Amino acid sequence: MSLLKYAVYRLFTMLVTLWVVSILIFFIINLPPGDYLSNQIAELRATGQESAVEQAEFLRKEYALDRPLWQQYLIWVGFAPGPNGFSGLLQGDFGWSFEFDKPVADIVGDALWLTVLVNLAAVLFVYMVALPLGVLAAAKSKTWVDYTAAFVGYIGLATPNFLLALILFYYGNRYLGLPIGGMMDPQFEGEPMSWEKVKSILIHLIVPTFVIGTSGAAAMMQRLRANLLDELGKPYVETAQAKGLAPAKMLTKYPLRMAFNPFVADIGNLLPAMVSGSVLVSVVLGLQTIGPALLAALKSQDQFLAGFILMFVALLTLIGTMISDLLLVLLDPRIRYGGREA
Amino acid sequence: MTALLSVEDLSIAFGAAEPVVKGVSFSLEQGQTLALVGESGSGKTISCRAILGILPKRARPTGRITLNGRDGKLVLSELSERRMRSVRGNAVSMIFQEPMRSLSPLHRVGNQVIEGLMLHQKVSAAQAKAAALEQFERVGFPDPERAFRAYPFELSGGMRQRAMIAMAMIAKPEVLIADEPTTALDVTTQAQVLGLIKELQKETGTAVILVTHDLGVVANMAETVAVMNKGKVMESGSAELVLRDPAHGYTKKLFAAAPMIPDVAEPAPPLPRDDLILTMKDVSKTYRVRGNSRWKPEMLVHACRGVDLAVTRGKTLAIVGESGSGKTTCARIALGAELPDPGGKVMFRASPDAEPIKVHGMSRADRTRFQRQAQMVFQDPYSSLSPRMRVIDALTEPLEIHGLGARSERRDKAAEMLTWVGLKQEMLFRYPHAFSGGQRQRLSIARALMLDPALLVCDEPTSALDVSVQEQILTLLEDIRDRAGLSYLFISHDLAVVARIADEVAVMRQGLVVEQAPPETLFYNPQHPYTKALIAAQPEPDINRPIDLKLVAHGAGSPDSWPEMYRFTADIVPALTELEPGHKVRCHA
Repeated sequence: MSLLKYAVYRLFTMLVTLWVVSILIFFIINLPPGDYLSNQIAELRATGQESAVEQAEFLRKEYALDRPLWQQYLIWVGFAPGPNGFSGLLQGDFGWSFEFDKPVADIVGDALWLTVLVNLAAVLFVYMVALPLGVLAAAKSKTWVDYTAAFVGYIGLATPNFLLALILFYYGNRYLGLPIGGMMDPQFEGEPMSWEKVKSILIHLIVPTFVIGTSGAAAMMQRLRANLLDELGKPYVETAQAKGLAPAKMLTKYPLRMAFNPFVADIGNLLPAMVSGSVLVSVVLGLQTIGPALLAALKSQDQFLAGFILMFVALLTLIGTMISDLLLVLLDPRIRYGGREA
Repeated sequence: MTALLSVEDLSIAFGAAEPVVKGVSFSLEQGQTLALVGESGSGKTISCRAILGILPKRARPTGRITLNGRDGKLVLSELSERRMRSVRGNAVSMIFQEPMRSLSPLHRVGNQVIEGLMLHQKVSAAQAKAAALEQFERVGFPDPERAFRAYPFELSGGMRQRAMIAMAMIAKPEVLIADEPTTALDVTTQAQVLGLIKELQKETGTAVILVTHDLGVVANMAETVAVMNKGKVMESGSAELVLRDPAHGYTKKLFAAAPMIPDVAEPAPPLPRDDLILTMKDVSKTYRVRGNSRWKPEMLVHACRGVDLAVTRGKTLAIVGESGSGKTTCARIALGAELPDPGGKVMFRASPDAEPIKVHGMSRADRTRFQRQAQMVFQDPYSSLSPRMRVIDALTEPLEIHGLGARSERRDKAAEMLTWVGLKQEMLFRYPHAFSGGQRQRLSIARALMLDPALLVCDEPTSALDVSVQEQILTLLEDIRDRAGLSYLFISHDLAVVARIADEVAVMRQGLVVEQAPPETLFYNPQHPYTKALIAAQPEPDINRPIDLKLVAHGAGSPDSWPEMYRFTADIVPALTELEPGHKVRCHA
């Protein structure tokens, strides 16, 4: 019951945070002088294309870029009516991309859920690799198992992602016949979802997941190992031993539960790190995630596209932290009952 | 007749270093209690762990440990790890020193208690729960069901230790090893927990190995004693013989150091009140505690209520009470570290002819001057010294902060203070880790003395130390007080310690001073049930004077169970009444 209350409370703070983030994003994007259209108009004037200038001026009006910044913000979010009435993020209108000359929704569409897919796969990969390796390294600390795990982990941390991507593509393709680049075979692009398409996407996911997840997994593994080693020295471990528990059972029931907290709390940090970290990788791997689009939009001051993508990443982050907060409450009675009378 | 458990020629070494336990032998009979006595580092705890086979990985034990129990003869020191696991928690179980940290905070108490039973006996979860509830009732939980569902952090220290005992006893072990089970507890709780162990032992016939540094505990619990020092058994035999007539010099030393409440023939005259260095008038402190959810109102906690205390110049005022009684809050308010509720007033007079200053709400310059004149010695010498500062830096820092003296003068002063506290000048350039607990507390005292204060607030300065070291620190504090004309505000939970050093004692319970008198008067004629309980709970190293548990339980219970005359509730509090000159008791007249 109190958990439900907490979830509602958490959702509320998340919405408030999202609102603050939207302000920050909008104003930071608008910090550099000028905007996409005024840059274009200046360029057109310089080359003497007066007719085109008129069209650009029209667009400026159409998207309210001639108004003060705070009004632009309100219109963008959908708090205030623009030239065409209420039509902002809240109403589901994500705006127009000047760079691609298409609505933002059209550009981002497929890429959105592909981004979520790639990053979810990477997060799962991180946890699936880090958990057993970290526990093993702690349980067998200062033996060859520990050293090998640490060695592999540090290689994972130290190798630049794009280099790892190139290496994996080469060897994966050569020995395992894995495809190079892209999220799916070209014939499926724009096709409706089918079993074949899913299979193609899954096969294409293997290398990107590995590339994006490796360094995260290595860092997470080292953290889990350190936490677990700390816990292993605590008196309650001795109590469990004195009861006659077998080592494996003891390890998983007591210290691992304690070491799990930071592990869970990391979910929130992991998501944004991966989304931003995977931009470069997506470019190198030719993945149709929103990464490359974000890069292009930021370079050309395509403000609606950039703003939307940043909002989306922020939303992912906030959802991540919310999930980890709720999980922590579930996992740790000290948080749940912290205020309950003894 | 063969002993139930015998340890023969046990030695334990770490790596190639010299062994920490050397040729230790002792044996334990059915249903008896053996006390292993010694200071920290004497090897008593590690010997016990060797019995259970839960030594650190690098330890190399040799010797022979035999258990002659219900499963026939078992040579524990030669059993495989797998067979050993069926002994642990089953035939031999153990309780530890710190009940707070020895239970996992993430698992319910019930879950942790039945685990031992489910591991060793073929019982269903329901049967195990029934057994656990019975055990909980046995160890004195008023509501076993609730204890079963509770998490460890929801229980008080004493209750946690009871849960540990229930956990250790649930599989009906033949040997119970109790490693300083009461060291982390208040005196009154200690008395009750010891009483419980003894009762359970009588009922079940379990043999107990009790590890302790307190001869008083030994006298109350044990039939046989082994005194250990530096990894060797110095003296062993029946408790009666060893306690009545200690043969070994080390045992005699331990005896001399054991703090005791003296027998007093007559009350002391009241303290002179003409020259007070510190006065606290009607000081209260209320904390707001957030309710257990955002939507519930805040709760008010009264840490101390209407405290009127005064420290006479050159004398020691001790505040005694259990944890949570408000004694530390009083000390913090006296030092100006905490603001009292409106209406409370703390006045400080550095010298007899000085103008008294208000500790709360003084000017910046006054505050700096006050901080030079009132200093503090902390409880834990291990965490109150920065491990990254050399002794000389730690000592000269106060002078630097107040901009006193040139570099060489500061250094000379530090060297002088070091000799005052009985350390050598060449230790100035060492780091704290090179010092033992007692030496660190000396450093901490030297640091407090650097500014030539007039008032020293000592917050349990000896409770983290061994008895023999405690004795030395108390002597040092007395010497310094007389030599430098200091006044002390001394915080402690231990009446026996206070008996030595204090000129006046204020006993606190639940934020209220319940009785106040010079120590002699207090021991000669204790009035308040809580004071009586504190005195009764003090374990004496004399087997003919066991702890009177009824008296303890009576006085240490909740204030509404006290006799009508002393009872107080949240709203109705009797006044502090002067019974005889210098002796005040909180009672309805």
